[in-house]
Amino acid sequence: MESLIAIMVGVLVATSVYLMMARNVLRFIFGLVLLSNAANLTIFAAGGLTPETPPLIAEGADTVVGAANALPQALVLTAIVIGFGLFAFALALVYRTYQNLGTLNADEMRIAEPRFESETKAEETSK
Amino acid sequence: MADTGPQVPRLFGGPSGWISVAVPLVLFIWFLQFIPAIAAGETLRWSIEWVPSLDVAISFWLDGLSLTFALLITGIGALVTLYSAQYLGTQPQYPRFILFLMAFMIGMLGLVLADNLLALFVFWEVTTISSYLLIGYLADEAKSRRSALQALLVTGTGGLAFLAGIVLIGFAAGSFELSEIRDVELRDHPWIVAISILFLAGAFTKSAQFPFHFWLPNAMAAPTPVSAYLHSATMVKAGIYLMARMNPTLGGTDLWFWSLTIAGGFTAVFASILAMRQSDIKQVLAYTTLMALGTLTLFIGAGTSAAIKGAMLFLIVHSLYKAALFLMIGIVDHRTGSREAEVLSGLSRKMPLTALAAVLAALSMAGIPPLIGFIGKEFLYKAALSMPTAQLWITGTAFAASALMFAVGGIVALRPFFGKLGDTPKAPREGPIAMLVGPLILAGLGLALGVNSDWAETLVRPATAAVYGSPVAVDLYLYKEVNAALILSLVTFATGIVLYLGHRRLRARLASIESWNPIHFDRGWDRFLDGFAAFAKWQAQKLQHGVLRRYIFVIFAFLGVTAAYAMWLRDAWQVQFDFTGVAFRDWAVLIFITAGAFVTATANSRMTAVAALGVVGIGVALIFIMFGAPDVAITQLLVETLVVVLVALAMLKLPYLNPKKIAEIRGWDALVAILVGTTSAIVLLASMAEPLDRRLTDYFELTSWPEAYGRNVVNVILVDFRALDTFGEIAVVMIAALGAFVLLRGTPKGEEK
Repeated sequence: MESLIAIMVGVLVATSVYLMMARNVLRFIFGLVLLSNAANLTIFAAGGLTPETPPLIAEGADTVVGAANALPQALVLTAIVIGFGLFAFALALVYRTYQNLGTLNADEMRIAEPRFESETKAEETSK
Repeated sequence: MADTGPQVPRLFGGPSGWISVAVPLVLFIWFLQFIPAIAAGETLRWSIEWVPSLDVAISFWLDGLSLTFALLITGIGALVTLYSAQYLGTQPQYPRFILFLMAFMIGMLGLVLADNLLALFVFWEVTTISSYLLIGYLADEAKSRRSALQALLVTGTGGLAFLAGIVLIGFAAGSFELSEIRDVELRDHPWIVAISILFLAGAFTKSAQFPFHFWLPNAMAAPTPVSAYLHSATMVKAGIYLMARMNPTLGGTDLWFWSLTIAGGFTAVFASILAMRQSDIKQVLAYTTLMALGTLTLFIGAGTSAAIKGAMLFLIVHSLYKAALFLMIGIVDHRTGSREAEVLSGLSRKMPLTALAAVLAALSMAGIPPLIGFIGKEFLYKAALSMPTAQLWITGTAFAASALMFAVGGIVALRPFFGKLGDTPKAPREGPIAMLVGPLILAGLGLALGVNSDWAETLVRPATAAVYGSPVAVDLYLYKEVNAALILSLVTFATGIVLYLGHRRLRARLASIESWNPIHFDRGWDRFLDGFAAFAKWQAQKLQHGVLRRYIFVIFAFLGVTAAYAMWLRDAWQVQFDFTGVAFRDWAVLIFITAGAFVTATANSRMTAVAALGVVGIGVALIFIMFGAPDVAITQLLVETLVVVLVALAMLKLPYLNPKKIAEIRGWDALVAILVGTTSAIVLLASMAEPLDRRLTDYFELTSWPEAYGRNVVNVILVDFRALDTFGEIAVVMIAALGAFVLLRGTPKGEEK
């Protein structure tokens, strides 16, 4: 089963990396969501894959034996929420960017680092 | 002081003037008291902790060499500041000028007194920076600024090489203290070549040795007192000081011998010829300074006890006459409005005292008895003639430079002051007394030391011992017998007279050669700077291209390649894929997630992509359920739902995807994506193969109920054991929410650009 999870993580990472390098920033966001899924899965799997007993202490007992590893679960819970916060902020940013710049193409967002003259000329001649 | 011009004269430039004269004067007197002890062969050391954790101390060391330099710095310093008070005292920028000059003086004193090489380097840089400020004193002139920057860049670059050399020698010798490094035998150390080259890079740039000579004549853009002080007597001698100081440690190797003698000899002759070419007397003096620096380098490199003796004597001789001559031309410039050799003539009748100083200093420069300059030249000749190797080269270059100096002495002291009175821009008058004191004392010292050569011995003897590494007998005299050196001197005078008589024709001839010469160091410097700026622009365009996708590409490619390389280094690629015991529903989840991911990546409709994203999220939630994490799975499902809802909402206002652009497969991106994906899968698999450390989990399971009274271990971890983490998580979400709120609210109308 470990191999299977590893393959899933590999696929998720590869597709998210590919998406994050896209021109369209909306697709970048899709990549971000996939990447946070991949990260959560990695943390979860790295804590050991154990049978389906959740780490719950039965009434009357003082401890639990043979249950799933509680630590990565707690970490993943935190990670999911933070990942969501990041996603929501990034989406708002994309939305606002589109409102202000009228484009979702990252290549055209050049306010902080404007094009060099030579670059603009080269593009004009190629058009 | 009736002649300080229309402005209200401030006596000696006000408090700045008084203080600036008093400080070096007091220091000079203070240093004088050490002469008997140092002459008796003692050395004094004084040290305080600076960075104890790095074992760096500020330590000072007074021996013959540093005392000689300290006396020159403070003595000439006092005369130059007195001169400046008159020369610049009425200008509004005068206090600033004095600040720079004092900073320089402190730096220079620290440099020659420092025992710790790191402290020495700091002082070295202080002189570089204050020299930059002083050369650029007339900051509203482009020429001034260019010269200042040139000097800063050339000497600063050399300084960096010097720093690298310091670090190397510190590790090689196990100490940064010069007094300790002296006792370590480094000549066979494997780093000796690198250390020597780096030290010489610092010394040659600072002391303007060929091919780094071009900045010094340009530095004459500074006011005359600065030229007299920094660019003849002190700062440019810092490189000489360094070579002299390191001679006992680095000297004696072939590399040291040949680089110093060749660079020094060539600089001396080359600069003397260029001095003949100039008609601006200040420029003439600038080139003769190069000549003197070349001669000093040549004889320090020669390294015999006689050569070192000659060099130390010449160091004092040159400082005295050169400072006097610079100050003299400053007076002439001040009073006549010109420095042109072709314009100035017959000034001795109007400016007798200036003429006296000029003639005395020039006689010393020309090496005519009974001035100290004669003794200096004699001892250099004696040393050159007794060289075991390279005798012809050293004697030849020393002879050529001396003969040319003789002629230059005539150009700077005879032509301007004798003959018919020339037609100058201002009617010539004698200079003010405060400006005459300096050149008269310095030029007079040249005569006094020549007649009483024993006085010079007290400094030359310990200085020679410090540079040579062991005591050397020093007996200075004007005349004892007719020997080869004396005959060479007579030949020098004869050649010098011929050169002086023909100097105007020679200058014209040199000018025509110059116009034909294709190599221009100064213009080459400009081209070098332009090229450097173009290179910087080119690499900035390549690296800071402003295209987001390419930045991300570089980050991921770097991650993938380095992670893969690290795995390969540890031979960790050998992971086993093991599918035993994998049930059908596991395969189903795999297909679910994989298909969802691929559809997200390739869908050309936004809705399809979002739906596929949801599929992946649910797939991950299924895994959480399968492995005993129901809480996580619930959260995952909630969050995935929210993600889809939010994206769908946003898409109402966002444009459609461009199907054509998505259909294009970006080959390199795909390659990097596959690389990063594969590497993460293998890293995960490799880490899961390691035995699990369950200590923390065991602790949480054991204490969850007895101590925290919670039966859901995951929840207890979140709200109790790691409550601070959860608090941080909430803070992150809050900040994200606030940020999103601000973004979505937008800018109020009117503020928008």
